[in-house]
Amino acid sequence: MSDRTNVLIPEIGMITDVRRDTPDVKTFRVNGLEGRKPFDHMPGQCAMLSIPGVGEAMFSITSSPTNRDYMEFSIKKCGCLTDWLHQMEKGQEIALRGPYGNYFPVDTELKGKNLLFIAGGIGIAPLRSVINYVIDNRADYGQVDIVYGARSAEDLVDLEEMRKDWSKVQGFRVHLTIDRAEEGWEGNVAFVPDYVRELKFSNDRTVLVCGPPVMIKYVLKALEEMEFASTQVYTTMELKMKCGVGKCGRCNIGAKYVCKDGPVFRYDELGVLPSEY
Amino acid sequence: MHAIEETIKETCKKLWNEGEINRILAWEKGLFDYEAAPALFRNRESISRLVYNEHCGGNLSKFLIKEMGKEGKVLVLLKPCDTYGFNQLLSEKRVKREKVYILGVPCGGMRDEKGLLFKCQSCKGNDFKAFDQIIESDLSVPAPVPSKEEEKLNQMTAEERFAFWRGQLSKCIRCNACRNICPACSCIKCVFDNQDSGVEAKANSDAFEENLFHIIRAFHVAGRCTDCGECSRVCPQNIPLYLLNRKMIEEINERYGTHQAGESPDSKSPLTDFKESDPEISAIYGKGGVS
Amino acid sequence: MLKMPLERLDELFFELSKEHQIFAPMEKAGSVSFFPWKKGDTLCFDTLLTDRAPKSFFFPQSETLYRARKEEGSLSIVPEEAEEKSAVYFGVRACDRRSFELLDRVFLSTPCDSCYESKRRNGYVVALACKNPENTCFCQSFGIDPAWPGGDVSVWIADGELYWKSLTEKGDALTELVSEMFEEGDRKKVEEQKAEIRKKLDALPLKDLSLERFEHPDSSMELFESEQWESLSETCLGCGICTFVCPTCQCYDICDYNAGHEVRKFRCWDSCMYPGFTEMAHGNNRNNQMQRFRQRFMHKLVYFPENNGGIYSCVGCGRCLRKCPSSLNIARVIKALGENGTEGGNHE
Repeated sequence: MSDRTNVLIPEIGMITDVRRDTPDVKTFRVNGLEGRKPFDHMPGQCAMLSIPGVGEAMFSITSSPTNRDYMEFSIKKCGCLTDWLHQMEKGQEIALRGPYGNYFPVDTELKGKNLLFIAGGIGIAPLRSVINYVIDNRADYGQVDIVYGARSAEDLVDLEEMRKDWSKVQGFRVHLTIDRAEEGWEGNVAFVPDYVRELKFSNDRTVLVCGPPVMIKYVLKALEEMEFASTQVYTTMELKMKCGVGKCGRCNIGAKYVCKDGPVFRYDELGVLPSEY
Repeated sequence: MHAIEETIKETCKKLWNEGEINRILAWEKGLFDYEAAPALFRNRESISRLVYNEHCGGNLSKFLIKEMGKEGKVLVLLKPCDTYGFNQLLSEKRVKREKVYILGVPCGGMRDEKGLLFKCQSCKGNDFKAFDQIIESDLSVPAPVPSKEEEKLNQMTAEERFAFWRGQLSKCIRCNACRNICPACSCIKCVFDNQDSGVEAKANSDAFEENLFHIIRAFHVAGRCTDCGECSRVCPQNIPLYLLNRKMIEEINERYGTHQAGESPDSKSPLTDFKESDPEISAIYGKGGVS
Repeated sequence: MLKMPLERLDELFFELSKEHQIFAPMEKAGSVSFFPWKKGDTLCFDTLLTDRAPKSFFFPQSETLYRARKEEGSLSIVPEEAEEKSAVYFGVRACDRRSFELLDRVFLSTPCDSCYESKRRNGYVVALACKNPENTCFCQSFGIDPAWPGGDVSVWIADGELYWKSLTEKGDALTELVSEMFEEGDRKKVEEQKAEIRKKLDALPLKDLSLERFEHPDSSMELFESEQWESLSETCLGCGICTFVCPTCQCYDICDYNAGHEVRKFRCWDSCMYPGFTEMAHGNNRNNQMQRFRQRFMHKLVYFPENNGGIYSCVGCGRCLRKCPSSLNIARVIKALGENGTEGGNHE
């Protein structure tokens, strides 16, 4: 990381690749100005991206820490800053700072475990980092199941990577689903929580869930029915953030600051927080 | 004052029993003897905690906006001067007359720990401009005292006035209390809260912008400001904001004839109403307003 | 303990000003706050609470972080140089002085906020005992003693004399600059004043404000779910007075000021009372004023202590008691929640 006296001051990064994943999601590859990776991170951590004059916001780092060349961000168009980002092209510069927050415990609690990833829509973004990390350290983890759903086939982010790469990894199974049947889709049709129930996973897995709040809510319900303990389930939280270092106050929930103590929370840790997320 | 408070409580209880009202917007005891706190009473039993005394200075009209989304009717205690703000909200369709029961309460001038409230020095008298029922009393309102600051300001040169306002407005901490209490500032989303407006900010990097916030606000409420003085009462930095509004009122009165905002719910603001007698553009030129 | 005649204060300031900028409470445009001192200025030591809380010494309402420029498609970030100017803050009260310690816990904890740190490091706090505590004061509920104000130097004004007691290395450095102006004074007058102050504290209306309800962290969810919040917050205007006048409120926003040729990124005070505070493109986790109101007080009385060894994020200065247009304030909240609903709330 560059030599900074103030944690709030970003460095400059260059967009070195832009990929359209879905009608409203693009994946941006970012490098530092000298071509290097801007900074190191762990799976689940975030970075503040900013366009001066437009805004600054926190995004999960989608690429795996094992990738030493660049960083990637899968970003859904949903506001002023993301609209702007979506118009940006390869070769343009942005400002970024990070990494922020905690990460999925890939080197402790998750090690040696069978893993179940459950994602909906853009919720795949933080999990993709973990999944690729697991692939690159395959020997450290057990059986991996990935349940991923979106509204429609074209809304599935990274579909190609899932089909081409992930499903070919030894011990990996990818279960795709979309909300409503459509022509040309031969896969499963169901909401993610229902599909999870249908797949009848045994409760010997550690679960990583990410997606829209309503999906998370019903997935957790399904997991409970399947007798998963709350200590087996990890999820990430998203709240408005400005500083990223637990000082500006807006992502404060109970005694936690999501930017610093999160974004990754084990489900039992969330249970003791006030219901304001 | 105590007898008045008792009559108010009795009246409230009676109306509640008759099924006329469902909530009461009034005051309860504050922490100290010299203050009363605005409060919403949501059940009949709590009426025993209602207070009305010489420390009920605020205007409760603005709180009515929030009540409009609720079921039933709210009784509100309004002093004569408060009814102007109410009418203003009514004319701008921010409150519904049929959802409010106005209990007009008498006032002999309101006080805080330091004495008579500043806003009471320009008392509008004891006429209720809107009410459903009035609590009678023999209280007499304080005699108006001309504002010394206003006089001083009028005698200043343009440069002195500019310096005066720079000094005053540089104290602003942009808490928005003046805006939030103002019965004329009733936009659902204020332009200064709109992130897409380009002027959204809690505090700008240039103090001059704070000055503009107040000047823009004064322009925005021009013709609709009832001169209730709440903006000055709530300002934590003691900025005499009423002076900006008075200036607007003076200018409007001079051009369009005397107008008291909130006098009646039907009266139209001179700035949003056209009359054939309105001054020609030449009158504005004559004043040096357009170059 | 050192002393000098109060009438020589101007000389004392003049000596100190050779090394440091001096800030002291003064009246300007009808309100008292700390302003840069110059020879001949009239000081207001009778005002306990400045309209602007001294937190702004180290955490100004607005400060530039950096400037971003774009030239020929290329972006550059120019960090704002930290100003290494030293300053003496003379006449800070015990409550406000304690607020600095609370702010330190936020800004100096890792990662350290360098904007705050440089101002704090270069600031010398001369704290003044409160001869006449006021009705709205309840600093003693938080273990603050206005008779012993702390700071780098504690000062007392008694019988036309200024008593001066250095408490830190920084204080010693200040003392050295002006030692020739002082003579050794006996403690008697100061002790008398202290006793007098404590007697006055005992007679204050809020002296019995009990925080017992908040001493048990396990009841935090119970407090969060209290029915009291609804009625307590009913007439909250949603303005930012309480947060901005509060010496310990430190939430901030980071904003862009687009000046055309450059974008100035600045940090400014923000208020959890504003709807925009937590509003995101796809929703808001605190949608109504009750939730926002509750967050502010839960933070001060429950969350902050939970993270900081039981220390409350309130110093009992009473500014919110004086300034809230709706007479809502932390003392009423403490009372209402503490007494389980006999005051402040008006539901069954």
